[in-house]
Amino acid sequence: MADLITYRDAVAEGLAREMRRDPAVVCLGEDIGAAGGVFKTTVGLLAEFGPERVRDTPISEQAIVGMAMGAAMTGMRPVAEIMFSDFLACCWDYLANEIPKMRYMTGGQVTIPLVVRTANGGGLGFGAQHSQAVENWALAVPGLKVVAPSTPADVIGLLAAAVRSDDPVVFFEHKGLMAGRADAPPPEHVVPLGQAATVRPGMDVTVVALAATVPLALAAAEELADTGASVEVIDLRCLVPLDMATVLASVGRTSRLLIVEENPYQGGWGGTVASIVADEGFESLDAPIRRLAAECVPLPFADALEDEVIPTTAKVTAALRRLLDY
Amino acid sequence: MTISMDAGELLRLYEQMALIRGTEKAAHDLFLAGLVKGTTHLAAGHEAVAVGASAALRPDDYVFATYRGHHHAMARGASPAECLAELMSKATGVCKAKGGSMHLTKASAGMLGSYAIVGAHLPMAAGAAWSARLRGSGQVAVAFFGDGATNIGAFHEALNLASVWSLPALFICENNLYMEYTPIGSVTAAEHPAADRAASYRLPSEVIDGNDVVVVADAVARAAERARAGSGPTVLEALTYRHFGHSRTDPATYRPADEVKQWLSRDPLDVARGRLAEMGVPASDIDAAGERAAAEVTTAVAAAKEADGADPAEALTDVWADGGHQWRT
Repeated sequence: MADLITYRDAVAEGLAREMRRDPAVVCLGEDIGAAGGVFKTTVGLLAEFGPERVRDTPISEQAIVGMAMGAAMTGMRPVAEIMFSDFLACCWDYLANEIPKMRYMTGGQVTIPLVVRTANGGGLGFGAQHSQAVENWALAVPGLKVVAPSTPADVIGLLAAAVRSDDPVVFFEHKGLMAGRADAPPPEHVVPLGQAATVRPGMDVTVVALAATVPLALAAAEELADTGASVEVIDLRCLVPLDMATVLASVGRTSRLLIVEENPYQGGWGGTVASIVADEGFESLDAPIRRLAAECVPLPFADALEDEVIPTTAKVTAALRRLLDY
Repeated sequence: MTISMDAGELLRLYEQMALIRGTEKAAHDLFLAGLVKGTTHLAAGHEAVAVGASAALRPDDYVFATYRGHHHAMARGASPAECLAELMSKATGVCKAKGGSMHLTKASAGMLGSYAIVGAHLPMAAGAAWSARLRGSGQVAVAFFGDGATNIGAFHEALNLASVWSLPALFICENNLYMEYTPIGSVTAAEHPAADRAASYRLPSEVIDGNDVVVVADAVARAAERARAGSGPTVLEALTYRHFGHSRTDPATYRPADEVKQWLSRDPLDVARGRLAEMGVPASDIDAAGERAAAEVTTAVAAAKEADGADPAEALTDVWADGGHQWRT
């Protein structure tokens, strides 16, 4: 039986595996060294790799990501941490204007192999500036690869692929999943970017989920299994590359699609998935495509309020029932 | 260290400055002729900063520049023909006509880009300097930026971190007195917007004559030597002046006539010419260098005009490292 590992420890393990393999991999960010990260996702790296490869920075998000870009253009494979994904707004110029555009604008003269890791999502009561799911921000920018794992094994496998990618990757680690524990993957575990996982096969309806909405979808599917409904759950794993082949094939079998997103409905990633299915999978649909996303409000603090805003298992179950009854 | 600047070397730098000046004038004329679209931010007047710095750097050092960056691209080795072709949307452009005037880049010569978001590239230069140290390469990284960049956060974040990490980086401000249309002095709580800030980051700084190529080369050589020795970054503030407005649509009428006259009398080409004369170089040799430069510009303009236009197929290449733009299956 494989050893168990938490999602948070999987981040450190995934980074350590890549740093052992390739001396060009270096890490920088706020509190990632001596403190081991505010989410304890970089514990042990400073001790193993030393202060030149695991660098604590000041609270300077532009310098963190801008330096990672300069290092990536000149032979390194930096992994920059932005502590909370909300803080990406402080260095958005680099994610929106610099990192994704330089290869294109220079006619392919430069390569920018970097990873920006960040703790994303709600459910922990951190309030509106520390709880957002902002993967849709990154999805809006051509030139960024966007990854959001839901399991410890995927954290390690997708981190390996992200670090080895010659393209820039934004890697969303979900705060609500950090404490979760599951089988540790074997050595050399690599999950290619852009391959969704069908984490529960089913015949009656397809649920497309990402990161923290995957366990919600699985719990709802389990609940509905008692009523005889067969729910297929797809973990997208990545928004770019987006594995629409897996989604379209699934909808071709089930004829029904529910998309569960933590980011707001307004501009959320599910809109892109829905538009492609409407365009290319319309004839296989027996019901309207449904999206369950966050309400379009800033995230509130109190649990009772936050639950009103972001998807919950009960909301997924209710949405599935309506879709199955259509 | 003072670089050895014999007459032959100075004459070579004079010719390079003349080549840049001629190319910038050609760009101006081509714009007026309707052959350059968008906008241009000409660096005529700033030549000594780029040419002097480049003369003091190693060929493998890194340079990051701004949207007013034609002079840096050419000083590091981009040809006038490929720069003009880029401005003219030609397939032979240095960036395949995908970047344009504001993004000239010649990565093979260590010129890692021209950036059009003010100040964004200072952290990148710090990162390249970190990379050089990690690899033990002995390279330095240089960020050239305008006076306007000194009031944006990335400038301060980069100087602070580069200082704390003692990185082999040079921060060279081209202070031409105006951000775009507004005098930098009217919006900045420091007389020297770059140099005066350096002290608060425990960085050495110098205010230098940015119109004297020898002064620039010497200052950059000292700063680069310091950086390579592991003693950290230096801030240089090179005082210079635009011969054109901020961009193509700007006639720069906000600049006082006396000020313009005074600065034009300190044209970097004339300053270099004066130094060459003092060194005993015959006027005919200097004129010959200017004529060689002018001939190369003429050839470059003709080549750029004759080149094929940008290939429409290139619109969908170079997003990813595999050369493509595929984002979904």
